[in-house]
Amino acid sequence: MAKKVAFLQGNEAAAQGALYAGCKFFAGYPITPSTEVAEVMSAELPKVGGKFIQMEDEIGAMAAIIGASLTGVKTLTSTSGPGLSLKQENIGYACITEVPCVVFNVMRGGPSTGMPTGPSQSDIMSAKWGTHGDHPAICLVPASVQEVFEETVRAFNLAEKYRTPVMVMPDEIVAHMRERIVFPEPGELEVIDRTAPSVTPDKYKPYDTSFGDVPPLAGFGSGYKFHVTGLNKMQDGFPTTKAEVVQAEEERQVRKVEGNAADIMKWEEYQIDDAEIVVVAFGSSSRSARFAVNEARKQGIKAGLFRPITFWPFPEQRLLEISKKVKAFISPEMNLGMCAGIIKGCIEGNAPVLGIFRVDGEPINPGQILDKMKEVK
Amino acid sequence: MSFDYDKWLRPGKLPHIWCPGCGHGIVMKGLIRALETLQLKKENTAIVSGIGCASRLPGYIDCCTLHTAHGRAAAFATGVKMAKPEMNVILCGGDGDGTAIGGNHFIHACRRNIDMTYIIMNNMIYGMTGGQFSPCTPTGAKASTTPYGNPDPGFDIAKLAIGAGASFVARGTAFHANQIDKLIVEAIQHKGFSVVEILDDCPTTYGRRNKYKSVIEMMNRLKDVAVPVKAAEKMDPEQLKGKILTGVLHKQDKPEYCQEYAKVIERAQGTAR
Amino acid sequence: MAGRYEIRFSGAGGQGLILAGVIMAEAASIYDGKQAVQSQSYGPEARGGASKSEVIISDDTIDYPKATKVDALLALTQEACDKYSHDLKEGGVLLIDSDLITREPAGSFKVTKFNITNTAKNEVGREIVTNIVALGAMVALTGVVSKEAAEKAVLSRVPEAFLELNKKAFNLGYDKAMAAKK
Repeated sequence: MAKKVAFLQGNEAAAQGALYAGCKFFAGYPITPSTEVAEVMSAELPKVGGKFIQMEDEIGAMAAIIGASLTGVKTLTSTSGPGLSLKQENIGYACITEVPCVVFNVMRGGPSTGMPTGPSQSDIMSAKWGTHGDHPAICLVPASVQEVFEETVRAFNLAEKYRTPVMVMPDEIVAHMRERIVFPEPGELEVIDRTAPSVTPDKYKPYDTSFGDVPPLAGFGSGYKFHVTGLNKMQDGFPTTKAEVVQAEEERQVRKVEGNAADIMKWEEYQIDDAEIVVVAFGSSSRSARFAVNEARKQGIKAGLFRPITFWPFPEQRLLEISKKVKAFISPEMNLGMCAGIIKGCIEGNAPVLGIFRVDGEPINPGQILDKMKEVK
Repeated sequence: MSFDYDKWLRPGKLPHIWCPGCGHGIVMKGLIRALETLQLKKENTAIVSGIGCASRLPGYIDCCTLHTAHGRAAAFATGVKMAKPEMNVILCGGDGDGTAIGGNHFIHACRRNIDMTYIIMNNMIYGMTGGQFSPCTPTGAKASTTPYGNPDPGFDIAKLAIGAGASFVARGTAFHANQIDKLIVEAIQHKGFSVVEILDDCPTTYGRRNKYKSVIEMMNRLKDVAVPVKAAEKMDPEQLKGKILTGVLHKQDKPEYCQEYAKVIERAQGTAR
Repeated sequence: MAGRYEIRFSGAGGQGLILAGVIMAEAASIYDGKQAVQSQSYGPEARGGASKSEVIISDDTIDYPKATKVDALLALTQEACDKYSHDLKEGGVLLIDSDLITREPAGSFKVTKFNITNTAKNEVGREIVTNIVALGAMVALTGVVSKEAAEKAVLSRVPEAFLELNKKAFNLGYDKAMAAKK
């Protein structure tokens, strides 16, 4: 039987991906350019017995998906820049309490209200450092409508597998453009559910590390009772200020992501093998870059593309390896050099990093990248 | 036989953090008596709070407890309740947590009339951070951030809740301890969003700055200002000056949010009758 | 067709240009089996302002989703025509509403003009189908999607009660453009 195809927007594909992953609860607040996710969820969730709620603000929406997730369901919120700033408070709460949830953030111009309808890629540092304190960060940056669907499914899997909030962050171009999408059949993509506790309620501790760095999470209302707090906590969930416990718990929370980076990271390499110039680009900028690489090859320039699909954890090691045999990196991005700075941080000065930075609400043009390639001697 | 509070308290979690003379413990005991009266199942009862002295209450009670971020209890609790409507969801916290930083979530929980009970312990001050004025600090009162007297007018929490759409609103005091559990029982039994404001005291950060010589004096104030609604009906405006009404102030039948959303599901699935 | 073909629908917010672009792209992608990407840019206004919708159609994978050198441009307002015609390639297709656009952009383009908005208003009977009249015309002028595919895509996107109205709008646009082209 032929698979179901549709011509969809990135935002619509995100909602469809969430439903495929088994999302049963959405809380959000309207904001351009991510509102379509909420609109589709409001229509589709009740059909499958799920719940949709429009909260009073983004802080409340983030809080609601954490509360709902604690009852055992998969939850999603969607937003954009200013809303992400507001959600950061409770994203930190989800990190320290280790409650799975997915935050879909469409990157638009900022800071503040910025350019609500203009594309940007300037929330990537916010994805890692937006909430205060040390904490794990997983951030996925899809570049096509099909990939928005697939990465949203993967975001739910990672959230459940590692008990942590996961962000999916397309730029406005990817979120709003329409392409053909081929829907995977049920069972075709892996769908991971959270591990249920194997002990009886009287023995249950929500952060019991005898089960490893990611202890099983019980649901409220399922016969288990336990305490959840945003304070630094012990294995039984109650607050503590005991130095060695706080140190160990903080390290575990970060280690469960950093230590499993190989499982979480995903990237694409295109024409890298003999490349002298490697463009590192993600989201819609990577599409401009691929166009430019193809043009460059026609003109005899040995160019390649390195495209992070997981932005956090960042594929540092692989870039370091590549840096040993290239003349230069080019970082085209819709911000003032966030990714260029990260690249510089992991290549130990092996090659220069040339930036193309746009914050004018216009996409990176392939011609700009081609011109930059020609500057490399 | 005396009442067995231990049945509901988590072993090893006492003593609590509250100062001598604080009324929060009285409210907690009232809540526990209410839980016992209603015979709620611990595993099926969520107690949700924000940040502050009063918000530490859930940690002591042996239920599904969620100590969230400052002001956000109502928003977290809304997620819990909506995802699992069969759970009993009780919120607790202080006046600053609930009506300043959490004011927006509070009024919208009232508006939705979602079936949860919010116990607000109003001691008119931010106690945990050392006594800064809250939206419920009386005009003219001293706080660590109103050294010349508070210029702000205060909120009437009960009126705020009624205005925002809560379908059950009651008020008690920490002095009238025996009334607390009765108000909470009635609030939990009510289908819809119920608010129970408990006038409370903070001898440590409010009392000493505002010329209360002792905890007893603060408790006597609660005793003096409280007038039951029934008694107030027979009093004239002159007699009611400076008094605060207690008891069930508002009760109304109106559509409950989770039940309304169940109808949305029926409409979406085409099974609506 | 081998390479990229870039189409831009431009006009004012509320004229349904995004939908026109979506239908064109859907016709190519779903019904004609080609690759297509549709994107848009718009201001804060739900109505008014300059608005554009871009469609890239290709036999191969489409990397860059926005226009680089526009092959065909529709302009329904003077503002949009002034703002969005700068990168129309030499010899490119330009379709304009003859009643609303008085200043044509300088350059050697294959210009087609007819009263698009008034055709919708007076001949189809509803101004709201201006975008579908324009779409029919663009299908005729560009030839990058088949008429059958475009018609199917139109009918899949409009409510049942308005099928006939839209069919009429589409065909009138198609025929008028064919006639005006000559």
